Amino acid sequence: MTEPFSFPAAEPLRPLGLYLHIPFCKRKCLYCDFLSAPADQETIDRYVDAVCAQLSREAANYRTYQVETVFFGGGTPSLLLAGQLDRIMERIRSDYALSKQAEISLESNPGTLTADRLSGYRKAGINRLSIGLQSASDAELRELGRIHDYSAFLENYRQARRAGFDNINVDLMSALPGQTAKGWLDTLKRTADLEPEHISAYSLMIEEGTPFGERYGKRPDPAGFLPLPDEEEERLMYEQTECLLQEYGYRRYEISNYARPGFLCRHNVGYWTRRPYLGIGLGSASFVDNVRWKMTEDLTVYLDHYAPRAAVKGTPSSFDERLLYQEIQVLDKTEQMEEFLILGLRLRDGISLGEFRRQFQVGLREVYGPVLDRLLRQGLLLFYEDGKKMRLTKKGTDLSNYVLAQF
Amino acid sequence: MANIDQSHIRNFCIIAHIDHGKSTLADRILEKTGLLTSREMQDQVLDNMDLERERGITIKSQAVRTIYRAQDGEEYIFNLIDTPGHVDFNYEVSRSLAACDGAILVVDAAQGIEAQTLANVYLALDHDLEVFPVINKIDLPSARPEQVIEEIEEVIGLEAQDAPLISAKNGIHIEDVLEQIVHKIPAPGGSPQNPLKALIFDSVYDPYKGVIVFFRVMEGRVKKKTRLRMMATGAVFETVEVGYFGAGQFLPCEELSAGMVGYLTASIKNVKDTRVGDTITDADRPCDKPLPGYKKVNPMVYCGMYPADGAKYPDLRDALEKLQLNDAALFYEPETSVALGFGFRCGFLGLLHLEIIQERLEREYNLDLVTTAPGVVYRVHQTDGEVIELTNPSNLPDPSGIDYMEEPIVSAQIMVSTDYIGPIMELCQERRGRYLGMEYMEATRALLRYELPLNEIIYDFFDALKSRSRGYASFDYEMKGYERSELVKLDILVNREEVDALSFIVYQGSAYERGRKMCEKLKEEIPRHLFEIPIQAAVGGKIIARETVKAMRKDVLAKCYGGDITRKKKLLEKQKEGKKRMRQIGSVEIPQKAFMSVLKLDDKK
Repeated sequence: MTEPFSFPAAEPLRPLGLYLHIPFCKRKCLYCDFLSAPADQETIDRYVDAVCAQLSREAANYRTYQVETVFFGGGTPSLLLAGQLDRIMERIRSDYALSKQAEISLESNPGTLTADRLSGYRKAGINRLSIGLQSASDAELRELGRIHDYSAFLENYRQARRAGFDNINVDLMSALPGQTAKGWLDTLKRTADLEPEHISAYSLMIEEGTPFGERYGKRPDPAGFLPLPDEEEERLMYEQTECLLQEYGYRRYEISNYARPGFLCRHNVGYWTRRPYLGIGLGSASFVDNVRWKMTEDLTVYLDHYAPRAAVKGTPSSFDERLLYQEIQVLDKTEQMEEFLILGLRLRDGISLGEFRRQFQVGLREVYGPVLDRLLRQGLLLFYEDGKKMRLTKKGTDLSNYVLAQF
Repeated sequence: MANIDQSHIRNFCIIAHIDHGKSTLADRILEKTGLLTSREMQDQVLDNMDLERERGITIKSQAVRTIYRAQDGEEYIFNLIDTPGHVDFNYEVSRSLAACDGAILVVDAAQGIEAQTLANVYLALDHDLEVFPVINKIDLPSARPEQVIEEIEEVIGLEAQDAPLISAKNGIHIEDVLEQIVHKIPAPGGSPQNPLKALIFDSVYDPYKGVIVFFRVMEGRVKKKTRLRMMATGAVFETVEVGYFGAGQFLPCEELSAGMVGYLTASIKNVKDTRVGDTITDADRPCDKPLPGYKKVNPMVYCGMYPADGAKYPDLRDALEKLQLNDAALFYEPETSVALGFGFRCGFLGLLHLEIIQERLEREYNLDLVTTAPGVVYRVHQTDGEVIELTNPSNLPDPSGIDYMEEPIVSAQIMVSTDYIGPIMELCQERRGRYLGMEYMEATRALLRYELPLNEIIYDFFDALKSRSRGYASFDYEMKGYERSELVKLDILVNREEVDALSFIVYQGSAYERGRKMCEKLKEEIPRHLFEIPIQAAVGGKIIARETVKAMRKDVLAKCYGGDITRKKKLLEKQKEGKKRMRQIGSVEIPQKAFMSVLKLDDKK
């Protein structure tokens, strides 16, 4: 009854990004509204089983893809033991075509890393390490509810280098409670002095449903708490960032991302250029063939489906897949074009008009002529390379929200 | 129902201050007389607009007929005509009163007499109605029926010793009310043999039957296939159907004779032919002279209404036309604004009336509206002797052509607990009130009499009154007339461009203060642009206040996380949505709600 075996068509494999979400933390930071929570080692282990199971089940759909980038995000992926991470990597290698040049990133937080664990990760195949420093000021770190201090970061950073990580990103956050422009510059300098290959610098967002949202949602200077920097101070921080990092040899290639030549984060660039990616794990987002979807955010649903306990094993055969996938969105052409712009324009190099025409069989000007003219007139956009490419100006970058909302 | 003894008909209404339980008592009467079983009851049968149920107020008059078997063993026909309780709708009240012979005055056992209690009683007595009081909510812990009875006797001068002590909500002592309706409200007069004379008190439009006329027969009788004449308009129709009001339905019958209340249809296509207040007579056997009818009411408050989407202009026009069919007090005429495009200048009885119409347009007709600040009708005496009734500030002639201006004044009565006399007098003072006098109702309550300019009370006077008296004040007013006043037009300039839709007329002495607050308010409402936007208030070309909306210099999306693009897209969508609710004035986008911001200038809360 089986169909005769046939070789896959000899087409070149399409590139795929893999995102793996590790939704666990030692402790939730006060500003964080990402999907994460503290968990015991047993749960984490079961979660690793589930992730491996999901990888295997999805694999059949991705026979014609080659995995170019892998990204472990969280939460705190560095809560994984080296052995757990190795199990996941092994599963990727066995079930997917993993490119030899693949960029394999892992997010980590100081306070969870040890020299042993770092070299274990390295052996498992991680070749890019992202460290969440956020601030070089211990006072600011305490204010954020982080579990580490600056010296813990420094220690981990050196251990990572010793373990052989030659592509390191440091995450920083500006506009923190009580922070001054001077304090921010200090954080930037101390970070740049260490010469990481990549720096992500973004402003603190006050999100609803977090302790900070509670604290600062109504006003920036609530009684009894450090105030958020005022607008002028914040703008000063923002403007000095690019300047200073440029002096250190970093290029701003995306609104909040800076890299030394050749060290752009390929996985993230994939997001901006709408390359397909598959999300594995709780709450992870996927984008394949112009469809976007997200995995359930309910840990029990996820675990029971992919790593059922012995007692219920085999029973949920009639499992309702709608519970598992959420927010499934099939993008129409208009949405695709909108995305092309709002994502592509985040990149310093912007977008290619030829690429737009290739993808949508229509010229960019034909679709967005009047909007483009206005934005050009306002000095927010510019064309370059003889009009073949388009990108945000400096002013447009500063006002990117405004610009992107025009499409 | 062929032979109805006229002596067994009772036409009455219920009057009360807002929230004293008028509609609940109406429901209970219908339930106890068996028109509705309690199972069929939906709360407040007579308030059938969604808006009425939600706000707990009656806007439109409604009528219903029910039959009561009294303790004397006889059956009586009750025609209950529900009336609105709010001061804005006094016009509707007086229409309904004219169709009644008596009124039940409902007074809250805890709150006692309030400003509108008085206003409504006087209105009823003006119409020669027999009024008897009912004390409601006696089951409240704070009820003090004895004192309220005393108050009614002393303040209003109505006999109240035998007033039924009831709870409409819990159905206590409703029978007493029913018996008093029989005994205290007179049977209607008039003779079925006389030539027909009937008063139109309302009308609605039905797409199949045409206009449905609600009327009260004063003399004579109406049958099917009778030729009728509307005495004021002269229009002649042949009746197709006559009938009376069941619970939420029309019940056809053979004829209606003197003393009865009902409806008729006559294939009337044009609502203007059947003016409310007009007298209906038999075209072939007319009566000698029409009934007095009602005083025509003039709108007191005007504002501009514009469709948020310019293409919806015809829809707005159709909607206003339809609403006007059974809201004679609503006025509208086309106007254009540089800032807002094509729209209508609309006239209302008061601010509540305005809000109700606005809400009905938005809800029932699904229109998104931009409304400009409401204003009153000013009289402009020009140097050439001509007098203009100014409803739109933009039409104010050049100051050099103005001799002087007048503004409408109301006489107001404010009932207030003595603890709050100070703050309330202060409020009236701020609003340019002229103190006329004060009477003590009882040791703890007083009635303040003031004359106030209408334009000082149409915006937020109710709110201010409530907050400064902690709710222990009630308010009623009537138009007194026009008085000369020093008035100026306050213009608002956004990015140095005058925005006509934001102009308003203001008392000269308050211009600076209002201009300053208006600029502050607009500064909050107008989002940042790529450039700096000055907001200025000017009187006669002279800038009196200024604020600045700073230029937007940074607006950056946070990091997109784990490829979760959807989340960020939603943020951008929100921003786009906000853009849609903006009006482009020159190069500035102004949110629609900014045009109403003049309403929210009272900060002493």
